[in-house]
Amino acid sequence: MCLFQSVMNYFPEEVLEHVFDFLTSHRDRNAVSLVCKSWYSVERFSREKVFIGNCYAVDPERLIARFPRVRSLTLKGKPHFADFNLVPHDWGGYVYPWIEAMAKNGINLEELRLKRMVVSDESLELLAKSFPNFKSLVLVSCDGFSTDGLAAIASNCRFLRELDLQENEVDDRKGQWLSCFPDTCTSLVSLNFACLKGEASVAALERLVARCRNLRSLRLNHAVPLDTLQKILVQAPQLNDLGTGTFVHDPDSDAYCKLKNAIKKCKSIRSLSGFLDVNTRCLPAVYPICTNLTSLNLSYAPGIYSSELIKLICHCKKLERLWILDTIGDKGLDVVASTCKELQELRVFPSDLYGVGNAAVTEEGLVAVSAGCPKLNSLLYFCQQMTNAALITVAKNCPNFIRFRLCTLDPTIPDAVTNQPLDEGFGAIVQSCKGLKRLSVSGLLTDQVFLYIGMYAEQLEMLSIAFAGDSDKGMLYVLNGCKKLKKLEIRDSPFGNVALLADVGKYETMRSLWMSSCEVTFGACKTLAEKMPRLNVEIINEGEQIEASPDDRHRVEKMYLYRTLVGPRRDAPDFVWTL
Amino acid sequence: MEGMIMAHESDLNLKATELRLGLPGTDECEEMVSAAKNNKRASPESVEECGSKGTCAAKSSEHETAPAPKAQIVGWPPVRSYRKNNLQPKKTESESGIYVKVSMDGAPYLRKIDLKVYNGYPELLKALETMFKLTIGEYSEREGYKGSEYAPAYEDKDGDLMLVGDVPWDMFMSSCKRLRIMKGSEARGLGGAL
Repeated sequence: MCLFQSVMNYFPEEVLEHVFDFLTSHRDRNAVSLVCKSWYSVERFSREKVFIGNCYAVDPERLIARFPRVRSLTLKGKPHFADFNLVPHDWGGYVYPWIEAMAKNGINLEELRLKRMVVSDESLELLAKSFPNFKSLVLVSCDGFSTDGLAAIASNCRFLRELDLQENEVDDRKGQWLSCFPDTCTSLVSLNFACLKGEASVAALERLVARCRNLRSLRLNHAVPLDTLQKILVQAPQLNDLGTGTFVHDPDSDAYCKLKNAIKKCKSIRSLSGFLDVNTRCLPAVYPICTNLTSLNLSYAPGIYSSELIKLICHCKKLERLWILDTIGDKGLDVVASTCKELQELRVFPSDLYGVGNAAVTEEGLVAVSAGCPKLNSLLYFCQQMTNAALITVAKNCPNFIRFRLCTLDPTIPDAVTNQPLDEGFGAIVQSCKGLKRLSVSGLLTDQVFLYIGMYAEQLEMLSIAFAGDSDKGMLYVLNGCKKLKKLEIRDSPFGNVALLADVGKYETMRSLWMSSCEVTFGACKTLAEKMPRLNVEIINEGEQIEASPDDRHRVEKMYLYRTLVGPRRDAPDFVWTL
Repeated sequence: MEGMIMAHESDLNLKATELRLGLPGTDECEEMVSAAKNNKRASPESVEECGSKGTCAAKSSEHETAPAPKAQIVGWPPVRSYRKNNLQPKKTESESGIYVKVSMDGAPYLRKIDLKVYNGYPELLKALETMFKLTIGEYSEREGYKGSEYAPAYEDKDGDLMLVGDVPWDMFMSSCKRLRIMKGSEARGLGGAL
């Protein structure tokens, strides 16, 4: 090591920098910076892309101090369970301080990617006006802004290439934000406004598409009608990725005929989504481009029934990614299995969210896909029922799973045939899929499944548990066994203080731990917070009586803890206590 | 925070290790499901504070004695609130479309069209014009379909012959049983002021 180090030190920094350029993953760059002081220094001055998985683990000042040349920042805010309304609205995750700090310090920001953060119009305006080279804004599951903020981005970011809004709650003020792109703006490569609810200026949209000759990805919202789509496709046959708005028209009409012809000319489309409202008799218009599709998302398309989906999918022989509703049925999944031999990722979402559930997929559909699609490595599957036998078969057929998320609509349903817990099934999955990084379990589960997870899931980084387990032992198996665990989120499971406090050091090796409706008490959380100053242990209190000092024996409804370098956050609302 | 005080912690351990089978909503299952966790799985307060449109339907049902077969649980199934708020699954009846017969006076046979395909009256009328190779003209409340030999009429649920265009489109779609394209003097009679 000594010899190696002295040899490496003879290389000028430019050489090291050049070598580091080839490292694209954050983890590699992080590892490299730990080797020695000079590598740390070279690395930090040359790092352009920074990923911060928990915005409260560090603060903007530290980011800027360490990486003064950062150009691209990715930030994640709220805990994952915020997606399912388990985190109150004002919990936190504000991007403004980051933008403000970077603006003040002359950071040459070009790209900002945010997930589950609160983004105000003021932040967007500040962003738009502070960074002359800003090129790319990607917002996923964020909220707090309106179309006014988008107008500021459109008006001011002269070199904007990418504006990608995925599943955000946007206050649509029905302004003319699309018209705010100046006539001189021709740089757009990617525009996704599918999540906006209001009318967009159709004329402005058409003109924008016409002048942005490099446009590759376009996802429209519900308000864009079919005939506008047709005009757009005529202007932009070079698109790679298309999200339609409304796909409703009279299939005997001229407009529809024109659309069919326009679509045929779009030979570069590889990814298709949208169909936010659809007349199934119009679907055949897309058949000509189905042969080349690698990605298809029909999960927001209401009312396409199994037979129509099957007809469509029969054309999609090159599909690698499919997001669909469970209306496809087991029969439809059979067709997927026999047609889509290149399939890598499958997500089957529930179509009936409030009813008693007449979900059309069961374990049979999953088994069929696992048998027919050997490249399958990523799964999200909402189903009516499951069996151990099915999971064992799936595990045998597909040992390459990286992400495996199974969600039974009834969270504690046992094996549909044997009435046993689903421990053995999930056990088979973790044993077979040696590269598994993400797992969500559901159904009736005892501590046994966690024994298996702790024993076999060596690469597991994220685990989601709900309504599972019998005792602290379950959680202990996981904490002791999964060495690479980064995120653990648990709800409604009987894990308590013994499990929480068994290995407090473990939490510094993880990004975060969420526990809600479990058995941990205030006392235990306080103890943990005292022992581990570099963790923020947050308690979320939603009851009316916010007691000054609750009894140590009181159970904690919601606890979220995460490692941090910067101590308790100063923007926590009243109902969040950092112990 | 009533209910937070767990006076029966010792109880809980017993129940927590007891394996019970059954669907949530049955008495047994309620115990199993709630035994291992906090009794207030989803208090009304917490649902409100979440403030999201779609999930207020998922209220705590633990205290219902005769619950629906499946209890609604906050945050289950774990679907992003954006998706919950934006996916409107169509009801089953829409699958088959609303096909109605269309007769034209003097034509040898009838036709059938699917009303679901059209977004409104203009599209429907244009389709009829194409199908029967005629002009229907423009609708006016006062004079019906002036300037045309033909007037589109329909038979409603009560069996009455009505002029197409008077009622909102959705109402028309649900009440129209069959269409009839009337011509000549009969049409003028329909279109004239009452």
